Amino acid sequence: MASFVHTVGHLVYRFDSLKEVMAKASPARSGDFLAGVAAENDGERVAAQMALANIPLTHFLSEALIPYEEDEVTRLIIDSHDAEAFAPVSHLTVGGLRDWLLGEQANEDSLRALAPGLTPEMAAAVSKIMRVQDLILVAQKIRVVTQFRGTMGLRGRLSTRLQPNHPTDEPAGIAASILDGLLYGNGDAMIGINPATDSISSICAMLEMLDAIIQRYQIPTQACVLTHVTTSIEAINRGVPLDLVFQSIAGSEAANASFGINLNVLQEGYEAGLSLKRGTVGQNLMYFETGQGSALSANAHHGVDQQTCETRAYAVGRHFKPFLVNTVVGFIGPEYLYNGKQIIRAGLEDHFCGKLLGVPMGCDICYTNHAEADQDDMDTLLTLLGVAGINFIMGIPGSDDIMLNYQTTSFHDALYARQTLGLKPGPEFEAWLERTGIFTQGDGRIRFGDNLPPAFRQALAQLA
Amino acid sequence: MDQHTPTTDNPWLALRSLTPARIALGRSGISLPTSAQLDFQFAHAQARDAVHLPFDHAGLRSQLSDRGRESLLLHSAASDRDQYLQRPDLGRRLNEASVEQLREHVKANPGGVDLAIVVADGLSALAVHRHTLPFLSRFEEQAAADGWTSAPVVLVEQGRVAIADEVGQLLGARMTVMLIGERPGLSSPDSLGLYFTFAPKVGLTDAYRNCISNVRLEGLSYGMAAHRLLYLMREACRRQLSGVNLKDEAEVLSLDSSDPSAKRGNFLLGEQ
Repeated sequence: MASFVHTVGHLVYRFDSLKEVMAKASPARSGDFLAGVAAENDGERVAAQMALANIPLTHFLSEALIPYEEDEVTRLIIDSHDAEAFAPVSHLTVGGLRDWLLGEQANEDSLRALAPGLTPEMAAAVSKIMRVQDLILVAQKIRVVTQFRGTMGLRGRLSTRLQPNHPTDEPAGIAASILDGLLYGNGDAMIGINPATDSISSICAMLEMLDAIIQRYQIPTQACVLTHVTTSIEAINRGVPLDLVFQSIAGSEAANASFGINLNVLQEGYEAGLSLKRGTVGQNLMYFETGQGSALSANAHHGVDQQTCETRAYAVGRHFKPFLVNTVVGFIGPEYLYNGKQIIRAGLEDHFCGKLLGVPMGCDICYTNHAEADQDDMDTLLTLLGVAGINFIMGIPGSDDIMLNYQTTSFHDALYARQTLGLKPGPEFEAWLERTGIFTQGDGRIRFGDNLPPAFRQALAQLA
Repeated sequence: MDQHTPTTDNPWLALRSLTPARIALGRSGISLPTSAQLDFQFAHAQARDAVHLPFDHAGLRSQLSDRGRESLLLHSAASDRDQYLQRPDLGRRLNEASVEQLREHVKANPGGVDLAIVVADGLSALAVHRHTLPFLSRFEEQAAADGWTSAPVVLVEQGRVAIADEVGQLLGARMTVMLIGERPGLSSPDSLGLYFTFAPKVGLTDAYRNCISNVRLEGLSYGMAAHRLLYLMREACRRQLSGVNLKDEAEVLSLDSSDPSAKRGNFLLGEQ
């Protein structure tokens, strides 16, 4: 293991491993203090960033942060590294990579080609020496396009996951939130329910319902019930219509084990999903959720800082050609990301690192009531991620998730981002919104139709 | 539509009867109307206030004393709310003075007890203020009928769930029941959580505990919560365990009436 010494004036800083340099170079956040891996003070943090900037990228291929022998995620990262794709930057240091990414040679095509040549640790390292504007500027150059029944990630588009959660999974309550969201132009990324109960019969009933709604109203979107991958496999075996296969993932084998998964189980889930051939325009069908702090909360971080652990999860994700990956940034609580400042930075880091690695990133821009954050912080992160070109965000009624008890972006928030930044939903869904007369969008402006679409008017009439 | 304001109402207001979600809020342009916006801010403010409301342990102790119930006041290793929020590990352990206090108590009252009831502020002292007394009066009546002996009620400031296991172990209790303020939701600043451990000791994980959540006026009633808890306790005594292995059977037994998986029609999928 290499040790790194950095001298600033008469001050000498010493770091005993790449892992230590990385952790101490991380912008301050509560989770790294909780883990005991953060820099002692601001001076040591910047010294670590300086030391990190001088480390050649090739060094990352010889010093694993979590040992190769102990961890299948490390093995996946090393074994799938594409040396040819790496070639254009292989002579650079971490600091040199930052300059390269900001420069003109880094564009949509060259960055797409570079993705398989970068390891998550390289991406995490360079993000640690980038400011917010750097994270946005570089991410904005990258597009990661995926398809199932709709197309995600095109330039000038911002998609939403309609999240119609209900505290007791009441079908009519879920349907009410779905209709509210659709009439606000949300739901092109997916209609995705977090179930309150995990019983297989309940999950299957929800999947049947979502499929029926999508078919009845011919909505070019995809359905997901966020249950364990093994439950999705079971549902598929029972012949239930299932579009996207969900799973929470993390950046170490031990953390994934705490979720009850490994790479083989994910592969089984992926193949089960593919066997249904339900995609119409493409077959990206895995939906992953991640979030800084998950490895630490499972006591499976191996002394690695939480942002690097998170980026390693994207290596797991990209292996399965996912439809979307969602960093649920503020859900985990203030012991990992204390306040709005930490949540905002983390969301931008995750989006940047994911995109750099070729992952179709979205973000659950969110907070809990015991974090030092509020709606203004979420507006800030939403605006910044919109500028950065994020693939999708959540959309829920009035920002209030009544099942998971946290706040995320609302249907209205998505319209704000679309109107101010001139972003449209995915093209298939945009056409559906126009066809049904829900709204049209030209010159950035959103124009709602004057009347309810007839099919929905008929559905509402049944309540009278 | 309100003729005096430039907002657009949604013609699907009727759906509100189907869900507590904030649907059909209407819009001002594409944004939230003023009233919906301020309603949300007030709900968030209430949740925030619940998180930061100091634990009125003196008030609670005097109410317990009025009911002829002794109590002890302890403190976790987290010195204040700020540290509590960032260091969950400290909230799970007692501070040294509290450990000493419990040792003294046991010296004076040797022999152990069946039940240690621990009340901690958690993330909502409001929940504890509102629900501790009414819940305990239901619960303790039935617990006494089962012949279980109890230690004084232990109040813990800046406590997390796992701290009840340390309290129970030091008191030599066969079982612990913890009452703790849950993380406030926007529409539920005062939700009380109940956690139960058989054979409590330091270091147990969540897998060894059973949780009964959402005890509040709009949620699970005191009577139902007490009923479920006593069921768990009796089963735990019979099988000498708590947690995941106990939960499975208890859930199977209580599944019949409220399974939402029952396929029910909804308005989006009615007759065409």
